[in-house]
Amino acid sequence: MAENLSNPGKTIKVDFLTRVEGEGGLYIRTENGAVRDVKLNIFEPPRFFEAFLRGRHFQEVPDITARICGICPVAYQMSSIHALEAALGVTPGPEIRMLRRLLYCAEWIESHALHIYLLHAPDFLGYESVIAMAAEHPREVERGLRLKKIGNQLLDFLGGRATHPVSACVGGFYKVPRRKDLARFRDDLEWGLGAAKETVAFVAALPFPDFTADYEFVSVSHPDEYPMNERRIVSSAGIDIEPAEYERVFLEEHVAHSTALHSVRADKGSSYLVGPLARVNLNLSKLMPQAQAAARACGIAWPCRNPFMGIVARAVELTHAYEEALAIIETYQEPATSRLELKVRAGEGCAATEAPRGVLYHRYRINDQGLVESAKIVPPTSQNYRRMEDDLRGLLPGVLDRPEAEITQLCENLIRSYDPCISCSTHFLKLRIDRG
Amino acid sequence: MPAGTRPKLAVFKFASCDGCQLALLSLEDELLALVDEVMIAYFLEARSRTLPGPFDVTLVEGSITTTEDLERLRVVRKESKYLVTIGACATAGGIQALRNWQDVGEFARAVYPSPEYIKALGTSTPISAHVAVDFELSGCPVNKYQLLEVLTALLQGRTPHLPTHSVCVDCKRRGTVCVTVAQGLPCLGPLTQTGCGALCPAYNRGCYGCFGPMESPNPDPLVAHLLKNGAKQPELVRLLRGFTGYAETFRSASEKLEKPAH
Repeated sequence: MAENLSNPGKTIKVDFLTRVEGEGGLYIRTENGAVRDVKLNIFEPPRFFEAFLRGRHFQEVPDITARICGICPVAYQMSSIHALEAALGVTPGPEIRMLRRLLYCAEWIESHALHIYLLHAPDFLGYESVIAMAAEHPREVERGLRLKKIGNQLLDFLGGRATHPVSACVGGFYKVPRRKDLARFRDDLEWGLGAAKETVAFVAALPFPDFTADYEFVSVSHPDEYPMNERRIVSSAGIDIEPAEYERVFLEEHVAHSTALHSVRADKGSSYLVGPLARVNLNLSKLMPQAQAAARACGIAWPCRNPFMGIVARAVELTHAYEEALAIIETYQEPATSRLELKVRAGEGCAATEAPRGVLYHRYRINDQGLVESAKIVPPTSQNYRRMEDDLRGLLPGVLDRPEAEITQLCENLIRSYDPCISCSTHFLKLRIDRG
Repeated sequence: MPAGTRPKLAVFKFASCDGCQLALLSLEDELLALVDEVMIAYFLEARSRTLPGPFDVTLVEGSITTTEDLERLRVVRKESKYLVTIGACATAGGIQALRNWQDVGEFARAVYPSPEYIKALGTSTPISAHVAVDFELSGCPVNKYQLLEVLTALLQGRTPHLPTHSVCVDCKRRGTVCVTVAQGLPCLGPLTQTGCGALCPAYNRGCYGCFGPMESPNPDPLVAHLLKNGAKQPELVRLLRGFTGYAETFRSASEKLEKPAH
C-alpha cells in the first residue's frame, strides 16, 4: 500500500521489562508493515555457576544451585539432587520420594500464586501492578496473597525457610518432618484447594487476545503421575527419551544475530515450549481429580495453543499442587532413615525435573573424591527463549495498526505469560542490539 | 519531606538471584499496609510504572560484576537519600565472588561457546566497595522480618534494632545440641551473624555462613578446633568460601588455610 511507502516503519523499544524476575528488555523493528526484527534482550550479568561448581563436593551442589533462582530454589535443588544420585547410583525409598514431591508442590504453590496474582493478572485487568489492582479487586488480591502465603509456610516448615531452604540433600533429607506436625497444614491446604479452584474460574474468564501458535510442547513424563521429579522427557511431536539423551535431542544454539544461547531441537533447529501450558496439554489425564475437573470445566479446550492462556494452565496446576499436597500429608509415613548412606564413586549423571516454569536439566560428572569435575545446567527460560521470539513474530503482524502503547502492553503481556525467570543466568549472554 | 507525602522507595538489582527483593513480596500480611506508608517508586519486579528519583530509601540487591553495573550503581547512589544493601551478594559479593580466586576468562571459556562476547569484571564485589552505603542487611536470603524492621526504622527516623550475636548463641537459645561437639560436623555458627534463627544445626547440619561474619569474630580457634577434629583443610576452605566467602573474616581465614604451614 502506498501509505506504507511513506511510512517506512517504526521501532518499539522496551528498555526494562517489568513484572518478570530478573532484568531484560525488548526490541522490535518494523518496516512497511512487516516485522523485520524481534529481539529479547537479557542483561543479567553472567554469574558462572557451571564454572565455580567445579571442585565443590557433590553434597554442596544443591545449596549452591538453589542460588541460581530465588523464586524456584527447590527446582534447582531437585534437579541437582536427582542428577547426583544418578551419578552415585542410588535411589531413595518411597517416603523420601513423596516428601520431595511435597516440597515441590509447596514451591509450585508459592511460585504460581505469585505469578498469577502479583505478576500477570494485572495485565488482563488493565492495572500496572497488583497494588493498583488491590484497590478495585481486594477480594482477589487477598486470595492470591493467602494462596501464596500457605505455599511459603509449607516451604518454611519443610525446608526451614521459603527461599533457599536447607533440608534437602543428595540421598534424602537432613531432617524429615513428623507426621503429626504435617497434619497441622490440613485446614490451610483445604482452604487453598477451594481458593485455587476459584482461581481457575477467575483467570479463565479474563479477556484473552485472540492468538494461537503451532507449538511443540515438551515436558517430563511419568506413567502414573503428574510430572515433577521423574522420569522421561516427551513432546507433542513424538519425542520420548531418557534424560541421558537430552543433549542429543536438544541443543543450546549460539545465535549469531543475538549472541544469546537459545535451546532448539537439535535435528530441525526449531523452537519448543516448556512450562505449565506444555505440562497441562501433555499430561491432562494425570492431574489430580479436582484439578482435572476444574481444567475440563473452565471453558478452555485442551490442548490449548493460546500462550496468553498459560495463566489458566498455571491456575490448574496451582489446584493440582494443593490437591496433591493434601493427599501426601494424609498418607505420609516418616521414613526409618532420613537419608541414605552414600558411597563415593566417580561417575556421571543427569536429570530433568519440572521447575514451576518448565523442564530444568542438570548434568554432573564427579571424581572418586566426590568433587564435581563438570556441570551443565539448562534452565526453562533459555529453552523458551526462542519460542518467545517466535510468538512475538507471529503476534505482531496482526496488531501493527494499533497504537504503540497498546502493542507494547500486548508484547509485555505475552512475555509475562511465559513467566520468564531471567535471573537464572547460568548461561545468558549480554546482547548487542543494533538500534539503527 | 513535605507533610502528607509518602517517602519514595526504590529497589535496584545487580548480579543476584532475586531472592532478597522477593522478600518484599513475601510479606503477604504486611505488603498492602507497607504500600500505604511508602510509595513504591521503582521496583521492576512488582510494578510496570516507574517514577523518577530522587528516592528516600533505596534497596540494592546483587553484587557488582560488570562496568555497566558499576556506572548504574553510581547513578543510583546519587539519586538515593538512604541506600540499604539487601543480602549476601550486595553486602559481601555473593557466591559469584568465587571467581575472585580464579581466572574469569577461564570461567567464560568453560561456560560459553563464544567467550569473546562475555564482558564481565574479574571480580564480584559488594556495593560498599564502590559507593557509600547507609545500612547493610545480610543474609542469603535476607530475613523478611529484618527487612521490614529496617524499613520501619527508616520511616520512623531511628536506628534499626537487629541482633548482632552469633548463630552459636541462637542454638543455645533454641536448645539445639551443638552439631560440632556432638556430631563432629564443621560449623561456622561461632563466627556467623544471626538472622536465620540458627536454622542449619536444627536440621542436623553445620552452619554455612549465609549471614556473613558477626561483629568481632575470631576464626583462628574455630579453624584449629575443626582441623583437630579431623576436618581436612580443603573442606574448610570450601566451607569458608560459600555465599559470604568474600567477606573479610571468611576470606582471610580461607586464604590463611591455603598458605603452606611454617
